[in-house]
Amino acid sequence: MENLEQLANEGREAINAATDGKALETLRVEYLGKKGKVTDLLKGLGQLDPEERPKAGAQINVVKQELQALIGERKQALEAAAVEEKLAAERIDVTLQGRAASTGGLHPVTRTIERMEDFFGAIGFDVVEGPEVEDDYHNFEALNIPAHHPARAMHDTFYVNETTVLRTHTSPVQVRVMESEQPPIRVICPGRVYRCDSDLTHTPMFHQVEGLLIDEESSFADLKGIVIDFLHVFFENDQLSVRFRPSYFPFTEPSAEVDIQCVMCGGEGCRVCSHTGWLEVMGCGMVHPKVLEYSNIDAERYAGFAFGMGVERLAMLRYGVNDLRIFFDNDLRFLEQFR
Amino acid sequence: MKFSEQWLREWVNPGIDTDELAQLITMAGMEVDAVEPVAGDFSGVVVAEIVSAEQHPDADKLRVCQVNTGSDTVQIVCGAPNARAGLKAPLAQVGAVLPGDFKIKKAKLRGVESQGMLCAGAELELNEESDGLMELASDAPVGADLREYLDLSDKVIELDLTPNRADCLGLSGVAREVALLTESPLADAPVTDVAATIEDTFPVSLEAGIGCPRFVNRVIRGIDISRPSPLWMQEKLRRSGIRSIDPVVDVTNYVMLELGQPMHAFDLAKLSGGIVVRMAKAGEALELLNGQTIEMRDDTMVVADQEKAVSLAGIMGGQSTAVSEATTDLMLEAAWWQPLAMAGQARGYGLHTDASHRFERGADFAMQVKVIERATELILAICGGEAGPTVDTRLDEHMPERPPVRLRRERIPRMLGFDMPDAEVERILTGLGLGVSAADEGWEATVPSWRVDIAIEADLLEELARVYGYNNLPVSHIHADLVMPARPERDLSIRKVRRLLTGRDYQEAVTYSFVDAESQAAFDPDLAPVELQNPISADLAVMRTSLMPGLVRALAHNTARQQHRVRLFETGLRFLPGTDGLEQRPTLAALITGRRQPESWTESGDLVDFYDLKGDLESLLDLTAAPGRFVFRAGERTGLHPGQTAILEREGRAVGVIGTLHPQLQAKFDLAQPVYLFEVDLAVLLDAALPAFKELSRYPEVRRDLALLVDKSVSAGELLANVREAAGTYLTDLRLFDVYEGKGIDPKRKSLALGLTFRDSSRTLSDQDVNKSVDQVIDLLIKTYNAELRS
Repeated sequence: MENLEQLANEGREAINAATDGKALETLRVEYLGKKGKVTDLLKGLGQLDPEERPKAGAQINVVKQELQALIGERKQALEAAAVEEKLAAERIDVTLQGRAASTGGLHPVTRTIERMEDFFGAIGFDVVEGPEVEDDYHNFEALNIPAHHPARAMHDTFYVNETTVLRTHTSPVQVRVMESEQPPIRVICPGRVYRCDSDLTHTPMFHQVEGLLIDEESSFADLKGIVIDFLHVFFENDQLSVRFRPSYFPFTEPSAEVDIQCVMCGGEGCRVCSHTGWLEVMGCGMVHPKVLEYSNIDAERYAGFAFGMGVERLAMLRYGVNDLRIFFDNDLRFLEQFR
Repeated sequence: MKFSEQWLREWVNPGIDTDELAQLITMAGMEVDAVEPVAGDFSGVVVAEIVSAEQHPDADKLRVCQVNTGSDTVQIVCGAPNARAGLKAPLAQVGAVLPGDFKIKKAKLRGVESQGMLCAGAELELNEESDGLMELASDAPVGADLREYLDLSDKVIELDLTPNRADCLGLSGVAREVALLTESPLADAPVTDVAATIEDTFPVSLEAGIGCPRFVNRVIRGIDISRPSPLWMQEKLRRSGIRSIDPVVDVTNYVMLELGQPMHAFDLAKLSGGIVVRMAKAGEALELLNGQTIEMRDDTMVVADQEKAVSLAGIMGGQSTAVSEATTDLMLEAAWWQPLAMAGQARGYGLHTDASHRFERGADFAMQVKVIERATELILAICGGEAGPTVDTRLDEHMPERPPVRLRRERIPRMLGFDMPDAEVERILTGLGLGVSAADEGWEATVPSWRVDIAIEADLLEELARVYGYNNLPVSHIHADLVMPARPERDLSIRKVRRLLTGRDYQEAVTYSFVDAESQAAFDPDLAPVELQNPISADLAVMRTSLMPGLVRALAHNTARQQHRVRLFETGLRFLPGTDGLEQRPTLAALITGRRQPESWTESGDLVDFYDLKGDLESLLDLTAAPGRFVFRAGERTGLHPGQTAILEREGRAVGVIGTLHPQLQAKFDLAQPVYLFEVDLAVLLDAALPAFKELSRYPEVRRDLALLVDKSVSAGELLANVREAAGTYLTDLRLFDVYEGKGIDPKRKSLALGLTFRDSSRTLSDQDVNKSVDQVIDLLIKTYNAELRS
């Protein structure tokens, strides 16, 4: 049986030296095929003594299995190496920028209005829009601002003709809602408004979001609640101080200006808040009974409140923009900061 | 309204400092706009007297003055034109520090020694006057510290009053508020009746009806107008921003600041016959105190004498009857002009005065006699003279009324959210000067003559809230029924449109709704846009009928800043004049120019073309209920390239336009690269489909490709629509996958390659089925388009 051991050694060496699948297959046929060297040994068993046959057969089978296994292992190893080599050849630079990678963005005014719509939408306010060239009645008269009222001087109105103006606020949309719907009413009115004023801190067009709620039960305390909540959510700061200062709008009574603790300096005093620590951000109040009457809503049965804010003003504070006029330059270097 | 803090404290003196006082007033609804020191920060300045003033030997404009400082005589070189012997003026002595940390040292001016500096008002930040030395009163004590002499440890408080608070346009009104807010005692108004010592009166006739129901006047004779107003009065006026003129004018201004009622003094000698308050005659001329001559409208009230108008009622006196240095006899006037009759009057003449400001908002109709008495007392004290009786001429039927106002107890918690104790309600209302008595369900309040803004219950509730303090009122959350609102799935949100465009690399722009008439006409020459009567500038003068001019201007702004790849969109209204009036149509517009993609290793640098923009628009149309209802038809639009413009139609109606910016406009806006624009009615985009499931076919699809030559002029869109129809119901998809013109084919023709996909949901289509469809298509192509099939 010395040749068995020699054959096994030769086989082992040959298998380990094989470099591809084809060579392995040749070796398999050479040793284990029908006419292979190991097969031949098995065939030769019949010439042995019957007592020796089982032992010799077992020894040959061990070699056969070993060579079979070796061929399998070698085959796997070669395949793995081939895959590895292919993969290595296919390596790319994954740090290169992707194709067509740019994305646009919303104007910060739209972005801000959409946030506001979401906040108020979540508590049941509908979004309503209306005309921007508006009649005197809806912009002033129905809001308790008769002709020559001193409050008109506060508005710097653009006139189209004697009875038609560019709306100076989005309140006329609220009037239109009150005319067409019965309470309960919960709406916000975002949109463009126009004032005949242009300097560092005024543009002749800007945006407002105004809100209106009319129901049987609604008080100044509720108004305070909704305004404080809004400001906390808008600035994502539950600790933000909010104060209500008596003011005057012909369409609300009581009326208030709303100040927040300066978000730039935290109330310490800075250029943005003129060193007062406070920033005026909104106006609000209980709807004046005359305004309800103008729109045929029973002022005895219903009460309501309204609030309004300048979108650019809040966006400036939220995003730290220090120039109002830049909102309407549409400079890409500005717009692209709001993706 | 601007006043000295010390003056306010003469009326009411709560134990709080200036900042607390300002805060208190602000939080009560009278916004303090500014608190400023009454003078700059300086020290070492004394009252000095110029003893002599000689010409400087080497300088024309300088004088060498010997100045008495009270303890010494020093030499000062001074360039002020009014430096003269006998003048008393502020002297900054050597060692003094002036505002801006300016230290005064001994100096030589053109070789002459100067031991300090004589000061102008502006140099001490006392006023704006810088063209001469500040002239102090002749009785000013030489040597006195100027700060002490002028009592400069005071602040000026400036209020930005809302139009409803006319009652606080006099110091007495502000004091009333402060007294209530701080529960401090309030001084009585310093009004004492001055008995007449002469009989003289001047007759008054009221002929303007409700516009002027009350006119109080008084004659004062024999005054000496050359006497100066006392320092305390001049200083109070100065701190309120009013210059001292002469004692009579000073007194009328002073009393107005003090009690809120404007008044006027006429030179009696220049009045003829008697006063008539009447409407002006149209075109009637009047020269005003400011030197301006106006022609009046006939809705304007005037004070006239028997010959002429002498004062623009409630706004400004006339020049011809003004008090002057020569005046010895006066007629004082205090009238009540009705706010409605005054509304818009001053503005109509381009004027705005302290008087008009007050009368437009509503003066106290019970104050006229009081201010006449107060002014008489002050004038007699300063100028001497003798006063006639005060004459109160009234039209009782036209006097304003303040009907009592009911306040129901239950309304307080309903509107303010909490129960205010009765005693607190009564304390606040009484403190404001209202008369309060118990009535059914609450109270009845009588309204004082000065509160023009209180007429209904809500006004009283506001006062309660305001005085109690808005920030002391409770905070609650509104309660409402949770009713789920309808949200129709067929309504496409504008947000989805915006997101699609931003996802396709567009930046949203917001441009002004008004544009210049020229840019406007560049796109819509045939529309007469809505013009503003009072535009801010010619650039922003007409309402846009298209969003395109605004976007092109925004593009030009960016290309001027080296931004060459620009993709913008905007949504907003267009203002379209029509036969049925103005239509304000929601619109979407977009613009692209420059590279298709940002510069990158992957990109070739190709520029965008018409089809890039069209693809973006088509992707928007794909969001709608039936994209197939839209058709692009070759068309024209001013401002766009005539051969590269399509009108977007939906069922035959034009709903938008897409095209290349006209090369002439491109050049005009200095744009180097072609620009593509579309504009579409937003409404047609927001009409979305409700998805309806169709069974998926289990049978295979069959694809056939056709290549054909047609004339170049053939519209591909139209051809495809016809092919789709001819192919029959099995056609599930139709693609135009190649278009070729040029080498190898007839120069008048173009090659199109169509891919047709067929499938049926109930069976596998046979070759016969498909061939039949394809044959119909081929037949159409040959007959209608004279097509030549290529194999």
